[in-house]
Amino acid sequence: MKTNTMGYKVRQYLLFAGVTTAVFVMVVIVPFIYGLYLTMTSWDGVSKSKPFVGIANYISAFADSGYWVSLGRTFIYSAIAVILVNAVAFILAYLVTSGIRGQNFFRAGFFIPNLIGGIVLGYVWKFVFNKALVSLGNAITSGNVKSLLATETGAIIALIIVSVWQYAGYMMLIYVAGFMSVPDEVIEAAKIDGCTGTQSIIHISIPLMTSSFVQCIFLSITRCFMVYDVNLSLTNGDPYGSSALAAMHVYNEAFVNKNYGTGQAEALILFIICAIIGGIQVYVGKKGEVQA
Amino acid sequence: MMENIENAAAARKRKIRNALVFLLLIVLFIAFIFPFIMVVINVFKVKADITANPLALIGSHGFTLENFPAAIKKMNFWNAFGNSVIITTLATIGTILLSALTAFLIVRNDWKVNKLLFVLMIASMVIPFQVLMIPLVSLYGGIFGILNHRLTLVFMHIGFSLSMATFMFHGAIHTNVPVSLEEAATIDGCTKWQTFWKVVFPILKPTIATVTIIDAMAFWNDYLLPSLVLGRKELYTLPIAAKVFYGTYSTDTGLVMASLLLAMLPILVLYMFLQRYIVEGITSGAVK
Repeated sequence: MKTNTMGYKVRQYLLFAGVTTAVFVMVVIVPFIYGLYLTMTSWDGVSKSKPFVGIANYISAFADSGYWVSLGRTFIYSAIAVILVNAVAFILAYLVTSGIRGQNFFRAGFFIPNLIGGIVLGYVWKFVFNKALVSLGNAITSGNVKSLLATETGAIIALIIVSVWQYAGYMMLIYVAGFMSVPDEVIEAAKIDGCTGTQSIIHISIPLMTSSFVQCIFLSITRCFMVYDVNLSLTNGDPYGSSALAAMHVYNEAFVNKNYGTGQAEALILFIICAIIGGIQVYVGKKGEVQA
Repeated sequence: MMENIENAAAARKRKIRNALVFLLLIVLFIAFIFPFIMVVINVFKVKADITANPLALIGSHGFTLENFPAAIKKMNFWNAFGNSVIITTLATIGTILLSALTAFLIVRNDWKVNKLLFVLMIASMVIPFQVLMIPLVSLYGGIFGILNHRLTLVFMHIGFSLSMATFMFHGAIHTNVPVSLEEAATIDGCTKWQTFWKVVFPILKPTIATVTIIDAMAFWNDYLLPSLVLGRKELYTLPIAAKVFYGTYSTDTGLVMASLLLAMLPILVLYMFLQRYIVEGITSGAVK
């Protein structure tokens, strides 16, 4: 059978990738392009007509101070959460690869928060913050302890705590894979040369685990930056909208305030930020490979 | 002699260190499951006891199971559970089959169209869902009018997960499937289609397991997309049911505890049996 004719190629492509292409185009490509068009209309979500308004949505997106405040908040939240997630995950990974008894049990245990969706986790933690910890605080101080969720800074701190708790187990597994990829002989050789445990981690394990770090840091950046579920169930933006992160702001702008065009324009700004982060990831990843 | 003493001292030091690490891990582990412990001890209490002391193991009104039947009925648990099972299963199977086939085509044929598809898929991975949700609702709701169908959600789940899955199968076929094996199958008279199912697909088992775990968990727990697609009560998945339930009964703490535990239970039970595979699957998926 001829395998280099056009007809053969077309048949093979449709057989192996036809459905994939159709689904992918209909779910990702078409909505993406259609979304660009929506940013230039003032659609209210109900009516059939979508009046063309040019760049008016971008102007109102740039003028929407609530959006920029939520974006700034998202940056601060993400920066702190990413650092803590990775620090905790790395320490956990180190502890559960140190050859301790029951380390598989611990690996499985720390991973549990990842099994459960953000909505349910948020409600569980809401109960913990509002009821359990308040009750614990009152028992210890015999005073009138307020919930962490009641204050503006407290709500963001609560979001960070939950995110660290939620993602650390997943990142831990990636770091575990990293630790296991460091050859034992190298560590042994270092030990013979007089390296202490800490020295061999800093000078041998960490440099050899560059790809794990790149993977974990960017995975946690994108997850934190786009967080929505936990934000919705844990704080729902309270108190007084002071804990709404960027993804929630975009959702509310479109589906609550019915400004679909402006919401889409604001979402597109999020996309540009994500694309820049993705670009940096590819660049850093390539650079790391060359060095290693 | 000296060496023996030194070895004994080193061994003792290591023993102490291991004991300390073990202790530290126990403390961390308890801290990690503390929120779940809170749910479990409060789910067997009546509302008054939870309000009085959420930390007590048993309330003054004693042990009760009454929260469960009420929560099951009010959140329409079995219906939501069924929807979640159907949607997760279909979307996972669809993703695996389509992405494995596509990855095979892309790896083995150096055609321009394949490269274009693959580049588009990789690039699309940086698109946040928030950018697509408004046009999705507008297109599928306003223009096609096919929201409020479980299959529409399955279709979208597959569409969003294809890129990552194809990428993972691409790597697996590239490194783990020897071309010579496929050539042998071709000589024996297999078409490409038969070769894929009889030779390539079985070799991909570890990757299939990893993709299944990652995607099934994502589909099962997803809230935002299902909440936009499924607006009717009888179509709700578990996360939507939990959200709606909380919105209505948030002051009824006993019921809330039961609904949260019910929403978590299926995946926790599954994890008890499959935890080894899940942990190994994620770990091996991490090494590129």
